Amino acid sequence: MESLSNKKKVLEVKPLNFWEKAYLPAIAKGLSITMKHFWKKPVTIQYPEQKREFSENFRGMHSLKRDEEGRERCTACGLCALSCPAEAITMTAGERQKGEENLYREEKYAAVYEINMLRCIFCGLCEEACPKEAIYLDGDIVPSDYLRKDFIYGKDKLVEPPLNQ
Amino acid sequence: MELTDIAIKFGLIIVIFLISLVIAMYSTYAERKIAAFFQDRIGPNRAGPWGILQPLADGGKMFLKEEIIPTNATPFLFIVGPSLAILTACIGSAVIPWGQNLVVNGKSIPLQVTDINVGILYIFGVVSLGVYGVMIGGWASNNKYSLLGAIRAASQNISYEISMGLSIIALLLVTGTLSLGEIAQQQHGFWANGWFTWNFFKQPLGFLLFLVCAFAETNRTPFDLPECETELVGGYHTEYSSMKLGFYLFAEYINMFVSSAVMATLYWGGYNYPGMDWVAANAGPNISVILGTVLLFGKVFMFIFFFMWIRWTIPRFRYDQLMDLGWKVLIPLAIANIVITGIVITFL
Repeated sequence: MESLSNKKKVLEVKPLNFWEKAYLPAIAKGLSITMKHFWKKPVTIQYPEQKREFSENFRGMHSLKRDEEGRERCTACGLCALSCPAEAITMTAGERQKGEENLYREEKYAAVYEINMLRCIFCGLCEEACPKEAIYLDGDIVPSDYLRKDFIYGKDKLVEPPLNQ
Repeated sequence: MELTDIAIKFGLIIVIFLISLVIAMYSTYAERKIAAFFQDRIGPNRAGPWGILQPLADGGKMFLKEEIIPTNATPFLFIVGPSLAILTACIGSAVIPWGQNLVVNGKSIPLQVTDINVGILYIFGVVSLGVYGVMIGGWASNNKYSLLGAIRAASQNISYEISMGLSIIALLLVTGTLSLGEIAQQQHGFWANGWFTWNFFKQPLGFLLFLVCAFAETNRTPFDLPECETELVGGYHTEYSSMKLGFYLFAEYINMFVSSAVMATLYWGGYNYPGMDWVAANAGPNISVILGTVLLFGKVFMFIFFFMWIRWTIPRFRYDQLMDLGWKVLIPLAIANIVITGIVITFL
């Protein structure tokens, strides 16, 4: 039967000739190839000092956004926590008091908002689920730490700094 | 023997011991650095300038790690294993001639710990004892994989010991002596009586066989089957931790240094170099001796580099390939080499 693409190649297995069987010329060739690498420029990125540039859609650490007037966007609806497959997000909602209008955009806000970075798989579903465009994974790599408790990031680490600072 | 002679010998022993330890230590650093260069990386560069304190950091880590002796292991043998490995590695350097005789105040100091007349046999005896370290370690661990690794190591070492011995016999036919000091002397200079003096030019095939066997004896890639982690978890030292593991790894590097020195002495002229008589006549004999020693170390470093270079070039053999190569290729070649050398010596 004719093949559909006509790209089929019949491979021919030739018996090795003497020099191929002797193995040494091949070793010499291999040595010359590895030797070339000896003089090549290293591609190492020395991490703490040098950082690699991420692509546009890199998902890094989360940040809770503020609106144009510097108010927290999050209204503690819990959709991010619900959509999170790793169940890394927990929050407690609080009610906005009088005089706090410049702090929180809606009447309800997240009094406590915690992400467990050890659980988080950086899938970006929280970002997608958020109806208020309050959470984005636009940060850097989550830094390493010594204790497990230090990986539970609260609002102090997640919320964007205020606008006027 | 006079007291000064004993003191000189003792000093020489200490110096050579320290040199082989330091070289083994920095071989680990060089290995990592060279591996990095072959892979377009930088390698260790954090501890000290260019990372030169890395071996000390590694050693410190090894000493500080928890030492685990498995419950069902044989404690005495478990400790004897790595000790034997490093002991046999260290005593091999005793018969290697590091240079000609230095003359200080009319007193001649040989730069060789002892020139016994069976030097090569001594080296072979010591190297084959090294198998015990591996074998005892694998056995005492009371672990199937360790034992498998140890058995593989032992059978590999024994197989390659044979072709190594046979490749040496052809060399002995040429030199007519077993003493390493004398073999080094015979290769004086570089060119004499219309032919190269270095044994490599008289025994190229023998050198090649010896080189391959040296790779197998030191358990270096492509013959590092005793410790291939993809098949055997970790080989004979799976159960070892802390500095006992360190001793095994360290012994490998000392072995590498000693076998490089043996190869340089047997085949690459040892401390001899072209134009050494001219240097001795013009710059003084002691300068020439020291230059020879430096060049010997240069040759040794070249071999160590070659060991590492090969490591990043050739993939590991399969075990049946290893045995095929040892028994069906190297041994017949070594015997053919003996026959050819014998014919050449008898009829030419």
